Amino acid sequence: MSFITRGFSGRSRERDDRLPPGQTLVHDFPVLSAGPTPEIDTAEWEFTIRTESGVHRWNWDEFMALDIDEVDTDIHCVTHWSKLGTTWRGVSLDTLFEDVETELDYVMAHSYGGYTTNVPLDELLDGKAWVAFEFDGEPLDPEHGGPARLLVPHLYFWKSAKWVRGLEMMDQDEPGFWEQNGYHLHGDPWKEERYW
Amino acid sequence: MSDASSLTSETGQASALGAAATRVPRAGWHVGTVVAAHRETPNAARIDLDVEGWPGNAAGQHLDVRLTAPDGYTATRSYSIASSGPATRVVLAIDKLPDGEVSPFLVDEVRMGDMLEVHGPLGAFFVWRPAAGSNAGPDAARPVQLVAGGSGVVPLFAMARAHADADDPTPFRLLYSARTPADVYFADELQELAAASAPFRLDLVYTRRTPDGWPTQARRITREALAAAVIPADQRPIVYVCGSTGFVERVASWLIELGHDPGSIRTERFGGL
Amino acid sequence: MQHFDGNVLAGPLAEFFSFDVTTATARCNGCGAVAELARAMVYMSPAGTVVRCATCDHVLATLVESGDRAWIGFSGVSAIEVRRG
Repeated sequence: MSFITRGFSGRSRERDDRLPPGQTLVHDFPVLSAGPTPEIDTAEWEFTIRTESGVHRWNWDEFMALDIDEVDTDIHCVTHWSKLGTTWRGVSLDTLFEDVETELDYVMAHSYGGYTTNVPLDELLDGKAWVAFEFDGEPLDPEHGGPARLLVPHLYFWKSAKWVRGLEMMDQDEPGFWEQNGYHLHGDPWKEERYW
Repeated sequence: MSDASSLTSETGQASALGAAATRVPRAGWHVGTVVAAHRETPNAARIDLDVEGWPGNAAGQHLDVRLTAPDGYTATRSYSIASSGPATRVVLAIDKLPDGEVSPFLVDEVRMGDMLEVHGPLGAFFVWRPAAGSNAGPDAARPVQLVAGGSGVVPLFAMARAHADADDPTPFRLLYSARTPADVYFADELQELAAASAPFRLDLVYTRRTPDGWPTQARRITREALAAAVIPADQRPIVYVCGSTGFVERVASWLIELGHDPGSIRTERFGGL
Repeated sequence: MQHFDGNVLAGPLAEFFSFDVTTATARCNGCGAVAELARAMVYMSPAGTVVRCATCDHVLATLVESGDRAWIGFSGVSAIEVRRG
């Protein structure tokens, strides 16, 4: 059935050659929510990396004392919108993993509020990912994942876990929240890896 | 006698609340033709649809409207139905959200003769039916309190209308919070209901501007005003609350503080604060 | 962020179940609360719909749709109770 509603065109959908397949360009920053927005005080915030041998921990001050990168990148949401040239400040996962020893290859990112998402470790290293706390020159606000979120721009943006609290090493690529519920385990926008 | 055996038709509903015995027609996709489209308030439109194949709907149910753009893009939103009964005439009253995608189209663009895809009737939880004679279950004697915030009045108006059409003896009250007199949906019809023989009391609260000569100032409903207007908890009313998410949650938590049993309160949130 | 309640699930789920799921009751695996799905807190976005327990926020169910496919998860409930109508 090809019913078309007279006079309806929806919001404008701008295309651009720099976009992965199936994406349209947006100039705002849509907020997608799966639950209540966590409110985390930086005085209580903590980031951990849990490996087979122990836990590495940073509080907010320790985190802010690490090397901070300026990041300029495109982001792609599985719901078909993309933003080009977004700017962030954050700590690279390479910096965070400097003194971390692990034989395990997969990571589960955990967020305040319970959200999880899985990423192979080698997709977080070599300049591919950050824990970001500033967007567009301003502290990251809670509805966009502040105080800090994971930023993994080469994968669909659901992998850039909002309100990130830590990473847990895994020996297998276990599915996180959306991956359990229909989304692709890997999520490469250039291969349109959206769903199972 | 079990609840299930007393049920064969929607109008022969044994109990207004008995979830065990709720029969609603099967939902389906239909095409409705706009037979009337008028401004209901400065920010809302009333749309009357003639829906071919519509199986009828109970008071309080909703339908989903799906809009399709030429490139196949679709947007779907839920709207409560202001009418009830077996007829294929379905009345909607739609509030225009400032940054909405569907409501501005329905309020500003839709005109007579247009066709809209609708999915329904939907929702067996937020429903009120007239009690019927000797089949009336234990909830039939309980009074009904309706609490509406803005456009949340739509499904509650459907219930009040069904109550009047059935000349149902259940005591009904509607506490309706609106911004200004011009923002009251179905204002004339509500006055008719207050004058009809089925017991119905209407309490209006204005939050921004009151009519001339109004005894109180414009202000948002408070817990005290709610307590003064609603059927007291010791009369064990069945309560239906509908409006924005913020309104519904404020009112529902006050009702529980006032002693109403949470299980006797049915809510429908329209989103927003 | 705004949320709705389980009443909004009636439409999306009607295409997959022959009964109205919103009046089905479920026990939350997180806190044990038993309630009709219509009473749950529902967060909707283009990525999917997440249904959470009104008492403890535990995820009860999810719905993801894409074209002619849908994924329906009931990860947070052990069973749903449906009454004969």
